[in-house]
Amino acid sequence: MATDRIIGIDLGTTNSLVAFMQGETPVVIPGDDGLNLLLSVVALDVNNQPVVGNAARNALIETPERAVYSIKRLMGRGMEDIQEELKLFPFRLAEDLQPGEVLRIKLGDKTFTPPEISALILRQLKRSAERFFGGPVSKAVITVPAYFNDAQRQATKDAGRIAGLEVLRLVNEPTAASLAYGLDKKQNGIVAVYDLGGGTFDISILKLHDGIFEVVATNGDTHLGGDDIDNLLITIALDDIRGDLNLDLRRNAEAVQAIRKAVIDAKIALSSQPSMKLDIELPEGNRYQREITREQYEQLIQPIIDRTVGPCKQAMKDANLKPEQIDEVVLVGGSTRIPKVRALVKELFHREPHTDLNPDEVVALGAAVQADILGGGSEATENMLLLDVTPLSLGIEVAGGVTDKIILRNSTIPASATQFYTTQIDGQANVAIHVLQGERELAKDCRSLARFDLKGIPGMAAGIPRVEVKFLIDANGILHVSAREQRSGKEAEIQVQPSYGLTDEQVEGMILDSFDNAEEDFRQRQLIEARSETQTILAALEKGKKSSAWGQLTTDEKKQIAKMEKALVAVNAEEDYQAIRKAIDALNHGTTRLAELMMDSAVSSALKGKNMDETDLGEGPTAPHPMAKAEFE
Amino acid sequence: MTIKSALTAISAKPLPQDTHSCWSCGSMRAAHFCESCGKVQPPVPVDYFTFFGLPPKLNVDVPVLERTFYDLSRRLHPDLNARAGSLEQEWSLEQSSLLNDAYRTLRDPIKRTEYLLHLEGVELEEQSKRATERARATGEVKKQIVPPDLLEEVFELNMQLEELRMNKKMGENDDALASEIEKQKQSLEAKHEALLQELKTHWSDWDALIERNPSASEERSRVTAKMVDVLNRRNYIRNLLRDVNAALEN
Repeated sequence: MATDRIIGIDLGTTNSLVAFMQGETPVVIPGDDGLNLLLSVVALDVNNQPVVGNAARNALIETPERAVYSIKRLMGRGMEDIQEELKLFPFRLAEDLQPGEVLRIKLGDKTFTPPEISALILRQLKRSAERFFGGPVSKAVITVPAYFNDAQRQATKDAGRIAGLEVLRLVNEPTAASLAYGLDKKQNGIVAVYDLGGGTFDISILKLHDGIFEVVATNGDTHLGGDDIDNLLITIALDDIRGDLNLDLRRNAEAVQAIRKAVIDAKIALSSQPSMKLDIELPEGNRYQREITREQYEQLIQPIIDRTVGPCKQAMKDANLKPEQIDEVVLVGGSTRIPKVRALVKELFHREPHTDLNPDEVVALGAAVQADILGGGSEATENMLLLDVTPLSLGIEVAGGVTDKIILRNSTIPASATQFYTTQIDGQANVAIHVLQGERELAKDCRSLARFDLKGIPGMAAGIPRVEVKFLIDANGILHVSAREQRSGKEAEIQVQPSYGLTDEQVEGMILDSFDNAEEDFRQRQLIEARSETQTILAALEKGKKSSAWGQLTTDEKKQIAKMEKALVAVNAEEDYQAIRKAIDALNHGTTRLAELMMDSAVSSALKGKNMDETDLGEGPTAPHPMAKAEFE
Repeated sequence: MTIKSALTAISAKPLPQDTHSCWSCGSMRAAHFCESCGKVQPPVPVDYFTFFGLPPKLNVDVPVLERTFYDLSRRLHPDLNARAGSLEQEWSLEQSSLLNDAYRTLRDPIKRTEYLLHLEGVELEEQSKRATERARATGEVKKQIVPPDLLEEVFELNMQLEELRMNKKMGENDDALASEIEKQKQSLEAKHEALLQELKTHWSDWDALIERNPSASEERSRVTAKMVDVLNRRNYIRNLLRDVNAALEN
């Protein structure tokens, strides 16, 4: 079905791309300007309408206060951890920002959170795909740096939702690249993927085994990339200008952007030329001229590219491999075009790296391959399966402010861990849990993911309650937590304070607030989807009423269900899709026990030797779902 | 991160273990998926050995385990169940996390042994890295049991390490001392390895016992006690090696 088309998106720091599987081959879908790469720049035009990509390039120089680039650096981060970025990037934060709040960036006099800005980029890619297919697209696989933490992943998923995309999977960029490479080389062996992009660095080591791509170790730095080289060159140029011309341009946004453009051009040229002349026009008829040789340039950037060495060595150590045991090295990301980077990789892994695929496109192509696998696969992706790992250890804060690691880094995901908690005082009803991510010993040095309280623990003597808390990292690398008190069988209530990130309601609000020309289309689509869900659940309920399980419900329960059913039928006739969804959720919730009973009776029938077809479940795989609400997400 | 307030109703009430029919097509099924229609089945809480269909023995053929892991991954992984219903997707998520947790534990000789001991209800001495770190951070004195045969050696080594640290602080270099410590390190590494071999002899005792008379509880405790002893000594040496490496590197 056309609407089931799943696209693969590389949401990059510098450039973004969308790709899909055309028959046996993944291909990049060009934008309306005919280009494969969409510049990850968002600007507001004079009418306060967003302009995205190459069209926004000029705005960076002409109206820098209305434009933003490298937004990926701010995804899932708080004010306290971006102080370094603020010195180097012209991000303009909203003045009324509170600590702990999700960042808001000013464009003109409007403010946007990083997921909203990323959503504008995603929406542009979505439109390119829709134009290409001539039909709507609503499902995507989006790539993220392997070393992204939980908050950064969640922020990326939120961006997808804001853009009207159901994000079926977040795939790690180096792993996606290996999929694209592996497609035409069905081979076994150990592969290292070195991915140095615009803003992030990842190293992943994979074991390829008959179509299984098993990541054995990953490492990286989510704030290391071509941007850092640009910023270094800009700083040098600004210092030069201050010294030579006695001109302080650090606060002159337009001049800084002009310099930025010039040094990026120089950087690119120096990958193929022995030297390059910088010649920049400055305000008041001034001019900055300087010749830079490749040798000088390489000396300057050495400290930056050397920062990739540590993660590579750690990854090999974690994988328990020596460089000689690695069969192939693959280069990904625009910054791997720099000859000095290639030389470094060769030295690290003792072999010539592969560069057959375009390093700018290979991640998006891999995302398209993964999208194809999720969509049920094709001949090309038959037998292909990705087994990825969590890049960072998951821990709980214990006495003394120490991190107690419960899922170690490089564990294959999905992964889970169960912890038991008890009380320290008689009758204590709450237990506080602090979830952390990172490798350091002390909680204060790790990334705080969330603090939550287990509430409503039944009154018992100290140490008697046994609350089972299950931590599960899903295939997207995102953590889910659930809790149960075991002695009473009572579900413990969890109250969460995520340390970073948007709440569900906020994301929901952004979907509505975001200015989209296709607002009405979007609303219509939502309405159609909601109504179709109504049909599914009502049909399932009809089935349930005919089952023996129905008789086991109390009159009161039946009355409640009837009330909710009536409410749903009523709102379904109206145009408000949110109201319909709410009513569906209510009915879903109200029929959980019915679904359980139906399941139980199906099981006991099965035990008696009857098969499912003869039981109340009736129609097989999909029957119990609409009523047994899965509360993930 | 997302939180749900309770395990969903159905997964909280796992199906009885002796259910052998597929929930979907009713045919007889394998433990985790239906051999007839391929559907993922609701997870049943079982230990890691049982999950892999293995007896609780410690000699495990790791290449075979890996192959089983790959085969089960091809059935259970969420990527291959992305189009299934939401309940099935949840089972797939839980089953494959169980699979990954089980594989991670069983493929590693030490984790496998520790896991078996845990199943036997035996708690290891607090020699783990975690306990050491916690003690270090909280300033509490950790219960350290020095294996008797190492007492003298450890005393000597600790003196040398202290001297090395002092030297480094003063910016001095004592090559003789460093090479002496390096020698000790190699000897410790050899002991570390030898203890793994010793552990493996107890594995064989355990496996034979499971085959001969699994209900002989006294004999079970006798073998597990021996394994605990080896693991404690080994952990002690591992911690010591970590200190030595840290001192040599700094």
